[in-house]
Amino acid sequence: MRFVFKTSYDADINWFKHKTQAFWYFLLFGLMMAIPLYFHFLSDPYLLGEITSVMIFAIAAMGLMLLTGHTGLPSLGHATFMALGCYMNVIYLNAGLPWLLAFPLAGLTAGFVGTLIALPVLRLHGVYLALATLAMSILTGDFIVLLEPWTGGISGLAVPDISIFGLEINKYANPYLFYYLVLVVALLIIMAYRNILRAPMGRSFTAVRDSEISAQAMGINLTMTKSSSFFLSATTAGLAGALFGHSAGYVTNETFDVVMSITLLMMIVIGGLGFIHGAFFGAIVFGIIPVAIANGRSLLQTSFGINVHIPGLENGLFAVILIAFILFEPMGLYGRWLKVRTYFELFPFYRKDMFRRQKSYLKTERVQ
Amino acid sequence: MDFIQLLASGLANGCVYGLIALGFVLIYKATEAVNFAQGDFMMLGAFVCIGFANDDFMGQGFWIAVPLAILVMAVFGYLFNWGVLRHMFGQSQTSIVILTIALGFILRFIAGTIWSHEPVSLETPFAGQDIRFGGVVLGVDEMLVVVVTIILTACLFVFFSKTKIGVAMQAASQNQLAAYYMGIPVKRIQSLVWGLSGAVAAVAGILFASKGAIDPSAGLLGIKAFAAAAIGGFGSLPGALLGGIIIGIVEPLSSRYGPPGVSQIAPYAILLLVLILRPGGIFSQTQKKKV
Amino acid sequence: MSLLSLSDVTLRFGGVVAVNNVSLEVQQGEVFGLVGPNGAGKSTLFNLISRFYDPAEGSISFNNQNLLKLGSDQVPSQGIARTFQNIELFEHATVLQNLLVGRHRHRKTSMLSEIFFTPKARREERRHREAVERVIDFLDLQPYREKMIAGLPYGVRKVVELGRALASEPKLLLLDEPASGLSVEETQDMAYWIEDIQKQMGITVLMVEHDMGLVSSVCNRVLALNDGKELTTGTPTEVQAHPSVVEAYLGTSGISKT
Ligand SMILES: Nc1ncnc2c1ncn2[C@@H]1O[C@H](COP(=O)(O)OP(=O)(O)OP(=O)(O)O)[C@@H](O)[C@H]1O
Ligand SMILES: [Mg+2]
Repeated sequence: MRFVFKTSYDADINWFKHKTQAFWYFLLFGLMMAIPLYFHFLSDPYLLGEITSVMIFAIAAMGLMLLTGHTGLPSLGHATFMALGCYMNVIYLNAGLPWLLAFPLAGLTAGFVGTLIALPVLRLHGVYLALATLAMSILTGDFIVLLEPWTGGISGLAVPDISIFGLEINKYANPYLFYYLVLVVALLIIMAYRNILRAPMGRSFTAVRDSEISAQAMGINLTMTKSSSFFLSATTAGLAGALFGHSAGYVTNETFDVVMSITLLMMIVIGGLGFIHGAFFGAIVFGIIPVAIANGRSLLQTSFGINVHIPGLENGLFAVILIAFILFEPMGLYGRWLKVRTYFELFPFYRKDMFRRQKSYLKTERVQ
Repeated sequence: MDFIQLLASGLANGCVYGLIALGFVLIYKATEAVNFAQGDFMMLGAFVCIGFANDDFMGQGFWIAVPLAILVMAVFGYLFNWGVLRHMFGQSQTSIVILTIALGFILRFIAGTIWSHEPVSLETPFAGQDIRFGGVVLGVDEMLVVVVTIILTACLFVFFSKTKIGVAMQAASQNQLAAYYMGIPVKRIQSLVWGLSGAVAAVAGILFASKGAIDPSAGLLGIKAFAAAAIGGFGSLPGALLGGIIIGIVEPLSSRYGPPGVSQIAPYAILLLVLILRPGGIFSQTQKKKV
Repeated sequence: MSLLSLSDVTLRFGGVVAVNNVSLEVQQGEVFGLVGPNGAGKSTLFNLISRFYDPAEGSISFNNQNLLKLGSDQVPSQGIARTFQNIELFEHATVLQNLLVGRHRHRKTSMLSEIFFTPKARREERRHREAVERVIDFLDLQPYREKMIAGLPYGVRKVVELGRALASEPKLLLLDEPASGLSVEETQDMAYWIEDIQKQMGITVLMVEHDMGLVSSVCNRVLALNDGKELTTGTPTEVQAHPSVVEAYLGTSGISKT
């Protein structure tokens, strides 16, 4: 158990609680910086591409985490904002804007348009909001087809390469540079996210999540707070969408479908609602499972000659894992990690009931 | 003539949507949980019935398969609440939404594995028969859908207003805590409601599969049923049915008379419009939480 | 000049007249008590002041400002803070974070400056934390600083809720049954705190309370309410002895401790 003697208010404000914590995070950062070297020596960057994809989804998941995990507003339509970001990025690039301008602008456009779309439904509560965003997500593909002159509709749209001051970045030609680019974007977003959480805005988000009534009684404007959260969330998802476009190289009306929206939501639940770490844990799990299933399948095939091909197995497995998490570990992977850590820190004084949830009636939105 | 035929098939479709929405609303009213897997309940009900009835599977015949399928789905709904949902007291609505979405994935997977992903239709005694009124040809299956829906709705109405358990369900839905204090076994009632809604879903599935082919992804129709439920206002049973019928009728008409692409968009566009203009649905009963 | 004044306020819920033509004046610096049996309309009166409900008739003004012109989230900025009868804390946040939310009305930073955490944002943040630490010291909440609300005992939650209201440095504090569910010792502490809040911090208090012992020891004046109507106003002793109050209480079982 570590005792931190707080001698100034900054001890509570700073990013890291103490030096050791800072050390671990810097180590992790160093590791992330060094990963491409490994693949470079291996001269097989395939897995690096996978890691990059996981990071892109982690960025999108961070966007959703801010909205669902921290503000308590469920969205079943975040793929729509990814689509907005992706298409706007391409449109800006094709209009001749440099990437360094087009990319953030694409995110902001996704944020603005997203907030405009969402403003009327933000008054809605949990289920209604989930439904409205679901409907939005279903309509996305149709709208992309309708807007064919700009989006290419069914035949799709090629995403141009990234060019930063003459430096060309293409996922296939130079996976290392693309990896670093995504890493930098992810880092910047994490920093902004952390800053929000330690400032009044982040606290007003969690306040709205936990009790709208008392948030109001503390002077928090609900509409303002919810739409700020929506804006930031959609912007982040838009940035992830733009990166996703560069990573895919080609997008069509079927790229950003409902399944992607639902996947994002599943990610943050498995990862741990309400924690930035959760976005990453969730994205990692969703990156690993398909690989694991493919490996398991080929293992069965080669060593036992069994040919397992069950369509829908991946989704079924995701779903089982998800239900197990909701039932047995509502705080997600990050929650499990917290418990394990506390166990070792307190050894041998850990008590089983330390993280026990309070039993209560289903949180109601109706008048009692 | 054409118009009337479109209307009839739209009405039949709408009844199926309405029945799915009805199951959805039953659960929402009684437990405040939202079952995003209601469409997959419908799909599973259809496949269970097909499994019992069709010659390719157990071949027991239509009249034995129907009650069996309804019973299986009722038990399934009951057990799902009893075994899974009941343990989620105190968790947020979002968790329940996600849980039921995940359940939908699992049901789709199970149905696909058992009955394959090929579309099949239920073998019924009245397949292919039709009735002619002048120039209008109406399928017996479509008419049956409408008739069964009307009967089922009437039964539910009587059940909720006349039987003791129905009244208890209503009480539990209006105020869980108070009902609990009054000695109503709220948790058991909730499981019963889930069972009832499973049975309603089975009926919807059987109707759906008897008038056309069904495959495991048909559960996604549930999304249209949510739209129906929301259009009608979540808390209202007649509203759900009406919402379903509106969507069912709008779809074929807009695809026939509207510009291309509109018929896919229409149900959700209506949903969004209703949510924006009348956030509580047409039969709105939104209230603020009391402090 | 009175700080808060309600005149002829009426509110109906369907057929129920929850508040019926009530007028009251809370003077600067006093502790004003609201008593009455269950369902008398006390909490509803608070919700009217918080602007959760719109009165059908009457006016409410604070500091010579018409409160009815404001939305419920603008009320705190006037200097009114409140607690709730059934504790409405932010369950999945720590005590410290809960108190910091209480500082929301003093927020001076913009979204952008918070995202980049500019030096100004840091300065403001220090200021907020300084104020909150003072409240933590005042209410002896140090042991619970970093604890999640979800795991705290009831008595502590009540104190945290008081702390959250105090953190906003209000002019008027609305306390809805601050001592309900508390043990005798905890009620004692609450009495001392309310006294300090009045005498040392100079905050005016309007409180609803069933515990007549607490009411007599801290309140300067008391208004008794029944069925939404005012019965009488006066010192705690006068009100307790008033025949209509005795009758209202004997008629119901609303009173807990006398
Ligand atoms: N949101 C509401 N909708 C309908 N009726 C309400 C609502 N809020 C309060 N009431 C009714 O108004 C009356 C006054 O309620 P209120 O909560 O103000 O009582 P109270 O004096 O605070 O009682 P207690 O001592 O039990 O807290 C009660 O009859 C109550 O049922
Ligand atoms: Mg009260």
